[in-house]
Amino acid sequence: MDLIELHNIRKTYHLGEVELPVLKGISMNIARGELVALMGVSGSGKSTLMNLLGCLDHPTSGEYWLEGREVSRLSARERARVRKQTIGFVFQSFNLLPRTSALENVMMPLTYSADHLSERQMRERAVALLDRIGLGDRAEHQPSQLSGGQQQRVAIARSLVNNPRLLLADEPTGNLDSRTSEELLKMFQDLNRTEGLTIILVTHDPGVAHHANRVIHIKDGLLEDAAPAAAGQQPSPPATSASA
Amino acid sequence: MKSIRTLKTAVRALRRNVLRAALTTLGIVIGIAAVIAMMEIGNGSSEAIQRTITSMGANVLLVMPGTASTSGVSFGAGSIMTLTPADAEAIVRDCPAVGAVAPVVRARTQVVYGNRNWVPMSIYGTTPAFLRVRDWEEMADGDPFSERDVRNCSKVCLIGETLVRELFDGKSPVGKEIRIQNVAFKVVGVLRAKGANMMGMDQDDIILAPWTTIKYRVSGSALGNVNQSSASAQNNAPGTVSTAVNTLSQIYPNSEQDLYPVPSITQQADTPQPIRFANIDQILSTARSSAEIPAAMRQMGLLLRERHRIRPDEADDFIIRDMTEMTNALSSATGLMTKLLLAVAMISLVVGGVGIMNIMLVSVTERTREIGLRMAVGAEPGDILRQFLTEAIVLCLLGGAMGILLGRGCSFLVRLLLHWPTASSVGALIAAVVVSATVGMVFGYYPAWKASRLDPIEALRYE
Repeated sequence: MDLIELHNIRKTYHLGEVELPVLKGISMNIARGELVALMGVSGSGKSTLMNLLGCLDHPTSGEYWLEGREVSRLSARERARVRKQTIGFVFQSFNLLPRTSALENVMMPLTYSADHLSERQMRERAVALLDRIGLGDRAEHQPSQLSGGQQQRVAIARSLVNNPRLLLADEPTGNLDSRTSEELLKMFQDLNRTEGLTIILVTHDPGVAHHANRVIHIKDGLLEDAAPAAAGQQPSPPATSASA
Repeated sequence: MKSIRTLKTAVRALRRNVLRAALTTLGIVIGIAAVIAMMEIGNGSSEAIQRTITSMGANVLLVMPGTASTSGVSFGAGSIMTLTPADAEAIVRDCPAVGAVAPVVRARTQVVYGNRNWVPMSIYGTTPAFLRVRDWEEMADGDPFSERDVRNCSKVCLIGETLVRELFDGKSPVGKEIRIQNVAFKVVGVLRAKGANMMGMDQDDIILAPWTTIKYRVSGSALGNVNQSSASAQNNAPGTVSTAVNTLSQIYPNSEQDLYPVPSITQQADTPQPIRFANIDQILSTARSSAEIPAAMRQMGLLLRERHRIRPDEADDFIIRDMTEMTNALSSATGLMTKLLLAVAMISLVVGGVGIMNIMLVSVTERTREIGLRMAVGAEPGDILRQFLTEAIVLCLLGGAMGILLGRGCSFLVRLLLHWPTASSVGALIAAVVVSATVGMVFGYYPAWKASRLDPIEALRYE
């Protein structure tokens, strides 16, 4: 059973009288432990697809199986539960809480998910993650005192604090220079390889997509093809098919 | 556990923007401060007004003997002799709602000093408690007479300002002797001027003396004694009582009166009630507070019925009256004051609450991305609602606490600098805390609800 199975997902926005179909029937599978790049130009529907994959939204029709569970018809509250148990998010603009230390930023998701942990356990877990991303000495720094790359690394630590099975990164290097981007992508690869974390990178930059095991192109709400990007780095066979 | 965490999150979020939090609470701070200051100043004024009205005698309860009637002809209030000084003592002892009690014996006769004479409106024989009942303890000159004077039948008296003017030409009368019906009374004190009462009667045209003295030495002419002598005449030789007493006291001026002659066995067997040799004309008493007037009246009524051995189906042989008019004035003044304060308090709190709501709404808009982020990492709508509501309540409670300090400070300054009376009120403090929490909840709910209804996608994209 794959981590993610999409069956004929459609998403149509209603702008007044006009119906705007954004996703026109997407079916694909993503196995555990894959590092997938989701590529497409703006307006292609990749953000919409990412929102659906991240359980932030529900499709107009189709089925979305996440860890063997149909999640496309869940209520907002149940989706929130799925998010905090299964999914970590990394955003283009970092979205760190201002005037809040890196440590507290990393701990923030635990407020909603970790009722069973004590304050100290939460702190220990956050410190361990900050050490892991190499910012252990910056735990008390506020976002304004960190560089862009450091901020994004804090954001990655935050996304990992709930031990997610799926990491969704929306243009994670969009606001960073190329050298920092490279470091960050290395970190994603490392996480993927050592932890077996399934990562989906949403990007329009072929340079970023190059780091993935598999690239999924999306165009006008349909999957184009599913060619392996970097040859020889496939932990699992491509199980993607274009929609009918 | 969860609520503590929510509280921590809320406090952290507030700490991130201290200035905004301070501005938000300002409305509540000022609102609560206004409420507390108004309450304290208002309470002080209200208490001052109450004291003033009370000193006019609003709490005074008057017990009069009941009416005698023969073959359907009623003789009006006070026409039977049923009240005794022992009744007055029993009321003090057994009625917890009653403050001070004074028996009163009245006389109306001529007063002479030197070549001047005057007939005072009232000559009252009473006890020192009378001064407490009428709130008249502060003397203009000299000292009041004592309980001992009452027991000893001492010939001492207190006189009002009018008498000082009429008999002494305004000179100090203390130590001088005036004659009331040929009995010489030493003036020991001058009563503070009270002016006319509500009916326009001069309250300073008065002589106060021990009731025993007035009763046994002076009031031969007082209306009440006619009945008493006829009552006693049935059991004793005519005139024995008064003459005997008077004779005795002339021989031994300082000996104590035996006020209640022990009746013989035959008398006790013959009469169901003890013979009241020493009846008094009325009993003046005060309720401990205006709220206790009904209780005091009930307690006195029950006690007197019991003491007078009145069977349940019989009518009272006494009348208890309160100063309804003044009590009404008192309660309407107090009520008006309370309503005024409440109106001011409500307005300032609503203004403060609207201020909170405004800034919380702005805050929700400003923190849209944060809300989106929190939702993305798994905050349920309920979590967001709880967090913003908690923030609002924390703000309001903090504001309430600061408001209480500020308000108390204000009222303290007012007392210190303007010399206005203020009275602290615990009720106002409790109300302030409860109200500020409520305001936080009511006015924080809408912004919090709005925040919880945000779409995480929209919120994350919000610039």
